[in-house]
Amino acid sequence: MNPDSFLLILSGAATTLDIAARSIVCSLVIAVVVGTATALGGSLVRFLLTVYVELFRGTSLVVQLFWMYFVLPQFGIVLSEHTVAVTAISLNYGAYGAVIVRGAIVAIDKSQWEAASSLGLRRLPTLRYVVFPQASVFLIKPLGVLFVQLVKATSLVSLITIPDLTYRAYQLNQLSMQIVPIFGTVLIIYYLMTKLVAGSSSLLDGYLGTWRRPGAVKP
Amino acid sequence: MSGLDWNSAFALEILPRLLQGTMWTLITTLASFAVAAVLGIVFAVLCDAPRAIARWPARALVDFIRGTPILIQLYLLYFSLPAIGLTLPALLVGILTLSIHYACYMCDTYRAGLSAVPKGQREAAHSLGLRRRQTFFMIVLPQAIRPIIPMLGNYLIFLFKETPLLSAVAIIELLQTAKLIGSETFRYTEPFTLVGLIFLVLSLAASWVLRKLEARYATGRYGRSTSPGTANEGPRAPTRNAQPQA
Repeated sequence: MNPDSFLLILSGAATTLDIAARSIVCSLVIAVVVGTATALGGSLVRFLLTVYVELFRGTSLVVQLFWMYFVLPQFGIVLSEHTVAVTAISLNYGAYGAVIVRGAIVAIDKSQWEAASSLGLRRLPTLRYVVFPQASVFLIKPLGVLFVQLVKATSLVSLITIPDLTYRAYQLNQLSMQIVPIFGTVLIIYYLMTKLVAGSSSLLDGYLGTWRRPGAVKP
Repeated sequence: MSGLDWNSAFALEILPRLLQGTMWTLITTLASFAVAAVLGIVFAVLCDAPRAIARWPARALVDFIRGTPILIQLYLLYFSLPAIGLTLPALLVGILTLSIHYACYMCDTYRAGLSAVPKGQREAAHSLGLRRRQTFFMIVLPQAIRPIIPMLGNYLIFLFKETPLLSAVAIIELLQTAKLIGSETFRYTEPFTLVGLIFLVLSLAASWVLRKLEARYATGRYGRSTSPGTANEGPRAPTRNAQPQA
């Protein structure tokens, strides 16, 4: 593989990293907000958010990408490809994450809320200082797995012509027919990216787990 | 272009074509799932093989395939197989990619299920004179599979939602049908919205069926249910003495 091809692949990797990082942040925000609201909100809020979650979990990410890319302009909403990519991935993975967050919050014993309330804490401070710190222990591992999937899913944005890593690989393949070196390099880059996400999630899990897990002794 | 542009007559007109695409999506999903379920057992056995020379390459391969996007794997197989003189139909390449990828996910599920079967079961089978292969297929595997059936069902739904990416190599499944209709008629609203709806209906139905199945297996695992609704609902899984940790 010549240096030019390699540079092209690297520029694609930068695009992929950019989209992955933005999507991870956005989907994390969506997951925490929607997950907390479905765990604690009133019945109307719960119903609406459940509709959102089931809608995005029930249809495929590729379909959502294409729908936003081709159909949203019909509603007069014209977004750039980059925005479509980040929005679709974030809404999709935010929906999956919301279920995880909801589960973690529901898993915290009701007595914790009662104890906080008897100490005079309101709902939000209870959430912030009592429930979230305990729930976070249950969150890190499943969210880590989810974000590994997210990084891999960014490859789909190549289908709406964003010049990401996958798109560059496809393009170079058409040009040079050096199939195995090109796709091999790209696979290794993706592998490193997913390992980075998986590794940092297990580091964080180990760090939080040492002192936040129920019954753990602070070192 | 602005304002909602929905033509019901057109939507009705393209529905049969989309349903035909749906049929291919379902065929692809089921075929990939079947191959993945079997391949997953092979990977699981290799990953826990007693010999390190079999174990480590298998584990590395599974880890690598799980850590990389399915779309690139699809491209790699699609473009490189003809280069080594193996020209397969695109649909077959798609099924192959999906099943290899999902076999790597199922591998860990199987491993958990297999390791949960108590060692005494193998020993008892051995003392009854069963060979290793017989022990595995007749004693260990049936016990390992039962608690992981809900997990496998989840993979079936995930697989189903992964099939539209096969349209990237022009496999005529549901999404590709919609893309073709779009490029023929320059109307994208109806085809893509219908595709979304079809996916939604099918995957909601699938998860509903799955929940029902899970409930049934759960009642089987913990003995007879006392709830009136499920008391006489036909055969259920027998209660087992040794419970693997599901």
